[in-house]
Amino acid sequence: MSDPLLELQTQAQADIAASADARALEALRVDLLGKKGRVTELLKSLGAMAPDERKAFGERVNRLRDAVNQALDARGQTLAEAELERKLASETLDVTLPGRGEGVGGLHPISRTIARISRLFNDLGFETVEGPEIEDDFHNFQALNIPESHPARAMQDTFYLKNGSRLLRTHTSPVQVRTMLSRTPPIRIICPGRVYRVDYDRTHSPMFHQVEGLYVAEKVSFADLKYDITTFLSRFFEREVEALFRPSYFPFVEPGADVHIKWDDPEKGPRWLEVMGCGMVHPNVLKAVNIDPERYTGYAFGMGVERMAMLRYGVSDLRDFFQNDVRFLEQFK
Amino acid sequence: MQVSERWLREWANPPVTAAELAHKLNLAGLECEAAPLLDERASGVVVGRILSAERHPQADRLQVCSVDVGDGTPRQIVCGAPNARAGLCVPCALPGAKLPGGMEIKDAKLRGVDSSGMLCSAKELALSDKSEGLLELDDSAVPGTPIETYLQLDDGLLTLELTPNRGDCLSVAGLARETAALYGLDVRRPAVSAAAVSIEQTLAVAIDSAADCTAYSGRVITGLNPAARTPDWMREKLRRSGIRSIHPVVDITNYVLIELGQPLHAFDLAKLSGPIRVRRARAGETLKLLNDETIELRDELLIASGETPVALAGVMGGAESGVGAGTTAIFFESAAFTPIAVAGVARRHKLSSDAAYRFERGVDPALHREALERATALTLAICGGQVGPICYAGAERPAVAAIRLRHARLLALLGCEVPVAEVEGLLRRLGIELTAAGTGEWLCTPPSWRFDLAIEQDLIEEVARLHGYENIPVRPYAATLSPAAQSETRRLPTRVKDALVARGWQEAVTYSFVDAKLQARLTPDFVGIPLDNPIAETMGVMRTSLWSGLIGAWLHNHQRQNKRARFFELASTFAENAEGIIETPRLAGLAAGPALDEQWGHAARGVDFYDIKADIEAVCAVFGGEAARFRFEADRHPALHPGRTARLLRDGVEVGVYGELHPVLTRELDLPAAPLLFELDWSLLSQAMVPVARPVSEFPASRRDLAVVIDEAVPAQALIDAVRQAAGPGLSALRLFDVYRGQGLREGSKSVALGLIFQDYSRTLTVEDIDAATARVTSALARDLGAVLRE
Repeated sequence: MSDPLLELQTQAQADIAASADARALEALRVDLLGKKGRVTELLKSLGAMAPDERKAFGERVNRLRDAVNQALDARGQTLAEAELERKLASETLDVTLPGRGEGVGGLHPISRTIARISRLFNDLGFETVEGPEIEDDFHNFQALNIPESHPARAMQDTFYLKNGSRLLRTHTSPVQVRTMLSRTPPIRIICPGRVYRVDYDRTHSPMFHQVEGLYVAEKVSFADLKYDITTFLSRFFEREVEALFRPSYFPFVEPGADVHIKWDDPEKGPRWLEVMGCGMVHPNVLKAVNIDPERYTGYAFGMGVERMAMLRYGVSDLRDFFQNDVRFLEQFK
Repeated sequence: MQVSERWLREWANPPVTAAELAHKLNLAGLECEAAPLLDERASGVVVGRILSAERHPQADRLQVCSVDVGDGTPRQIVCGAPNARAGLCVPCALPGAKLPGGMEIKDAKLRGVDSSGMLCSAKELALSDKSEGLLELDDSAVPGTPIETYLQLDDGLLTLELTPNRGDCLSVAGLARETAALYGLDVRRPAVSAAAVSIEQTLAVAIDSAADCTAYSGRVITGLNPAARTPDWMREKLRRSGIRSIHPVVDITNYVLIELGQPLHAFDLAKLSGPIRVRRARAGETLKLLNDETIELRDELLIASGETPVALAGVMGGAESGVGAGTTAIFFESAAFTPIAVAGVARRHKLSSDAAYRFERGVDPALHREALERATALTLAICGGQVGPICYAGAERPAVAAIRLRHARLLALLGCEVPVAEVEGLLRRLGIELTAAGTGEWLCTPPSWRFDLAIEQDLIEEVARLHGYENIPVRPYAATLSPAAQSETRRLPTRVKDALVARGWQEAVTYSFVDAKLQARLTPDFVGIPLDNPIAETMGVMRTSLWSGLIGAWLHNHQRQNKRARFFELASTFAENAEGIIETPRLAGLAAGPALDEQWGHAARGVDFYDIKADIEAVCAVFGGEAARFRFEADRHPALHPGRTARLLRDGVEVGVYGELHPVLTRELDLPAAPLLFELDWSLLSQAMVPVARPVSEFPASRRDLAVVIDEAVPAQALIDAVRQAAGPGLSALRLFDVYRGQGLREGSKSVALGLIFQDYSRTLTVEDIDAATARVTSALARDLGAVLRE
């Protein structure tokens, strides 16, 4: 014998499972559980039943209602998930298409290198100081113990201005002179900037950049100089740098030295490369800026920025720095 | 300077290889490179003597020589060298010999004549780059001697690049002194004794100023054999210093120069017209030099004979008085010219001179007499002759002041321990005389050749050098450092550069000197400062603006298919006015090409004025404060489009200019397009403000949009100013969101859409408040600017 409640439940569950979308599902809900729904009608019919019959039938109808509700909820959730899937699928972007808008530019490797060198020396307590590029003979030469007839003048072929005796500074040392004239020790500065020499070929540019440093105080020694230089070099190249201090000559220091580092050249093998000049400030320089060389001593050092950048970044041709070819520059973003 | 390694070892012979010696010299501050004399040496080449040379029967230019090669059987060798002649000794490559470059010698027939070997030139032995016929050898050369032994070809070359203070090492003697000091050896210096004087003849010598020349020694030698020949041993040593043999007397002066470091000069006595005077030139005097150039003199130091200039002192001799093939009597000059007298003279006259190179750096002032005796002895040995007495002027030996050296000072300056005994030992090795002067102090007298040692620090360096810089410790120190504080208001260049970089700009670095013509077009109101000695005309004048460099950078890239340019540079510009030279750091930019790199989703268009204006505004923002502190105003600039030029003001002070390059200039400079250019005065900008915070309103904002039609001539800034003034403090923001021209509007007018945003800090504004403010705005715009509200 067939059971109409069971049949209704079976039929309802089948219909619900077959419903195609939220609207069909809602229609089924109304058809079953709405005010005039089939399950609702069954519940309404309970009132007319005898009490003992009502109880048993009522329990069965309630179970039917719960089963229908459960089926409706489950189907509703499945349909919602499918709908979301469809929506998301329709919204899919090609994430590999290039981004739009403005790209980024880049700093020039020279200013990037100057900024790095300055920062490393700032960390060692050096203050960055700048000065004029057009100088006079006193600040560029005489105060640095390079008198008129000194052969060192031939080492630094100088650009002169047409009118008068002004010149383009051949090194940033005049900034040190100006600083020593305007302050009293302790002085601990670095001076980055453009410098000029009459020299133009594959390995020389008539304009290039230097960073020079100066430390003048009481009891400054060559051993201190070696500490600052080797510390800087190791930090600049981010490895333990083997540095060799070789006696050399610059009129403004005594004793003077060239600094060479052990360099593993991919083509020529390991060799010593000169990277800096340095030394203890010559007493004549201190006298020229009214600092008592008996009380104070100091050291000075200087390096070519282009050379440091070439070593750090593997640049092989100095001229690349001044052609401003974007294909070269954009490698230093 | 370049010298033969063997020659040095005759004087000082440390038990190390040439490479080790060079390394040691490097560590002592003498930059030195060692290399073998020859990369490849000939084998099977011996000394041969040409016994006879007959013309080849079939060939005019060939000779058939009979050559004695020491084995008792003369060989027949065909030779094409014009200097092959009977009696001559030459290098002879025997059959089986191998020459540098790989050539093998075999028995051969040359134009029908048997040839058993080859007579060689210097080039064929790789001794010289040029071939000047057969290498002629001394008559005393013994046939059969291997040429390698005879010419000592197993030699090395030492090439020195010395710093200007070490002129004392520019000789075999000087290098030997240094080598001996480094290895604790004694120098084997050849004894030079005074020549026996055999004639009375002299020339009077006078020096005008001891400041120019401290001493002058000279001597007459007569009866020279004009057929004398410079011996091979001397030729080879000179060759290894890069000096060609010219004439025995000239060779001797060069030899003594390299050996002892004293430049000498030899005059042909017959061509001198009177006593020698060392004096300054008089304006208008001229001198024809040995290189056949005639120079005009200013105030150079001269050697005059009688009234006639005969040599540029310490630099180069005169052509008229030089020795030559027929010279039989000479006057030797060995003088101590001071560096100050010689410095710069060679450079001024563009002369290259070994003598000037040394005198500029300093020559031992006590060396001249020994050098003269050495040259005399060599002359007698090579050319014969009769020797006159030394003619002399000046101080015999300049006094050398003693230098005080304090041990404590030395230790303090070096920062390391060098015991007293070591200090004394090291300095004595250098020939410095020490006398104790109190505890831990010495008085030190350097030898005459160490004229570079003048003060205590110089001696400290000598100790450090020989002690070894590598033995000075690396010492971290504990100093009190107080770098000056950086104000928050100071904007470092990196902040602004980073802002531009983030907006797609590339930094450039361009030369500070530029083409005067281009610059005159860009900034005709400023006169660039010209250089006296520029590298090239296109780098002739200091820049007044960074634009010419940026244009160059743009063109360089444009010519390489890179059409989009966003270049900036921060650097100094230079101008001169009545007060002097003014250096102004400026931040400049150039933009050209597409607004964006080619990409999807954006219609391609060229960069325009407002694209770059936004970048400039971003730079302004870095300097803080309200945007209202910065204003753009229409302006004129000689290089810019008259309708597309703005000046930038901060608080009413002009800080920069911005615009599009003038179309006429763009055409005249043949540029691919008119770039947008800006230039800001960094000196005026670099100070920013410390922000002063305001509270943020908690009350809602209300917005009213207005579209007003105004005359084209009314700038947007006037509209904005008028709105702000009329709206009062309730206006918290103002947006200008559309500009429309065209249909529906009168010709010469534009519609501007404005969004007015009202907000108060203390309450919610009422509709009445906002209506009232908006009404004030519309009536003010109508009254002041003739604006009509657009429906």
